[in-house]
Amino acid sequence: MIESTVVISGETLPRVALTSESVDLLRKLWDQHGPLMFHQSGGCCDGSSPMCFAAGEFWTSDNDILLGVFDIAQRGSEARNIDFWMSKEQFTYWSHTFLTVDVVKGRGSGFSLEGPEGLRFLIRSRLMETAEPFA
Amino acid sequence: MTVYAAPGTPDAKVSFKPRYEHWIGGEWVAPVKGQYFEDISPVNGKPFAEVARGTAEDIDAALDAAHKAAPAWGKTSTTERAAVLNRIADVIDANLELLAVAETWDNGKPIREPLNADLPLAADHFRYFAAVIRAQEGKFAEMDGSMTAYHYKEPLGVVGQIIPWNFPILMAVWKLAPALAAGNAIVLKPAEQTPVSILVLIELIGDILPPGVVNIVNGFGAEAGKPLASSPRIRKIAFTGETTTGRLILQYASANIIPATLELGGKSPNLFFADVADQDDAFYDKAQEGFVLFAFNQGEVCTSPSRALIQKPIYDSFLGAAVERTRAAVQGNPLDTDTQVGAQSSNDQLEKILSYVDIGKQEGAKLLLGGERVDLGGDLTGGYYVQPTIFEGDNKMRIFQEEIFGPVVSVTSFDDYDDGISIANDTLYGLGAGVWSRNGNVAYRAGRDIQAGRVWINNYHAYPAGAAFGGYKSSGMGRENNVLALDHYQQTKNLLVSYSEDKLGFF
Repeated sequence: MIESTVVISGETLPRVALTSESVDLLRKLWDQHGPLMFHQSGGCCDGSSPMCFAAGEFWTSDNDILLGVFDIAQRGSEARNIDFWMSKEQFTYWSHTFLTVDVVKGRGSGFSLEGPEGLRFLIRSRLMETAEPFA
Repeated sequence: MTVYAAPGTPDAKVSFKPRYEHWIGGEWVAPVKGQYFEDISPVNGKPFAEVARGTAEDIDAALDAAHKAAPAWGKTSTTERAAVLNRIADVIDANLELLAVAETWDNGKPIREPLNADLPLAADHFRYFAAVIRAQEGKFAEMDGSMTAYHYKEPLGVVGQIIPWNFPILMAVWKLAPALAAGNAIVLKPAEQTPVSILVLIELIGDILPPGVVNIVNGFGAEAGKPLASSPRIRKIAFTGETTTGRLILQYASANIIPATLELGGKSPNLFFADVADQDDAFYDKAQEGFVLFAFNQGEVCTSPSRALIQKPIYDSFLGAAVERTRAAVQGNPLDTDTQVGAQSSNDQLEKILSYVDIGKQEGAKLLLGGERVDLGGDLTGGYYVQPTIFEGDNKMRIFQEEIFGPVVSVTSFDDYDDGISIANDTLYGLGAGVWSRNGNVAYRAGRDIQAGRVWINNYHAYPAGAAFGGYKSSGMGRENNVLALDHYQQTKNLLVSYSEDKLGFF
């Protein structure tokens, strides 16, 4: 399990994590495709799933928020940083939850890089300790 | 009751080929890199056919074929094109059971749905666009006594289409019919979860179309979808799916300066006003069914009525009856015509639905029904079945805000009209909505006040060709299922003609 760095101003707790299966898959994808990024999707079909792209493939904007950065490098190796992004409007409805990127069998239907591996990244969620979502 | 024989058994209505290639230039073409992937039936979780795993090279070959075919196809008369569309519709009608079994085996949906909805709608959709293209007329305007501006609708040329997995044939037809009617050649990529049923259809209709007018390249989004969507050789891209990929498609379209149409789903509210329960009659029964329609197609519908908003005076009684009505839904073998709830389309979809049941519970929503995976036993034990699930909670919860795309409805109450509309519109999306009331004035006002592209008044989940379908807000852009869709596949040619011998006099 790898937790993200804290990148949102004023916050002290990480918001996103990777399971060890996700880390293994991301290391494999990094070897194939180079640096990577995540953008959390919404909407139908494959929505609500995290999309993994080559870093920079997906254009983020001021209307996206960076939730955290993962370093998936092996100990002692050069850093392999992966940003995890979400649209700001989606974050207004997700901010009270901590997200863990897991892996299940499947193939998704977007352009996420892991589909051909027969695997799909999946978000598991729990409430943030500090959250007051429905106040 | 009829139980259709499973594909692979002696009496099956459809026999799949062991391997499907790409359909390019009117024939089956092996993938350039020689790779294939397995298509898994969600009915039993087992692979049943291999499908070509396309790459940029295959997309290029398909684009070559499409560009070769487009000029002539674009110049055929609308009479000829309409005749082609009508013949396709006739073939769908004539092969109803075969296609229905294929669709159910590929997607997991209960077979009564493709028999009575997906396929009849698909056939009618072709006929609708055959009709509207015949009826379409250009416009002209007289600029002055000797100059006239003529406006012709011309095809775009070659277009790309990326299809979702929830209605593999019908969603392909929603995009194919207007594009063909308008005179375009097409490169289409089916969803990687459900590639085969559309290939069974193209096998039946392939010889009706001139070679290269419709080309189908299979494969994964990252390997085949991206090269199609980002190609400078398409003049338009159409996509149904989710928001991140939708944005990526727009990004590629902006690089090539081409139009894109996107249908990105929603979180559709279904409002039940108190007067619905004024009488216990046929209308009340219809409204109850309207609630349970969240389980239609296992909830894998972009417009699934996945938020039920019930006015307070009838909340307990209406919801209580609706829970019992849902409990009575028959889940079972998707090939049985009595089955009402079939299988989710894929393992990752099943896992995602269960992850939402989990967060719903953590957020404090009350589970009123379901919430578990179902093991139907026997041959179906490996299939992807989830119980119809009802949660009671608050509209700020994530289960009220995200399209779970499963048989899960999130229910809450509202006080008065303004409160109901406010909750209905408290969402990022605006694709569908339902309004139920015996008061026509209330229903009308609610229909106009809800920010969604399709509001069903006193019905739900009807998709007749002719009724425009598309999203407000983050649900996308463009309209399908209506003559408006032709606009997305045509461009306007203006001939500005002078009928005068007089020069301008500037030079």
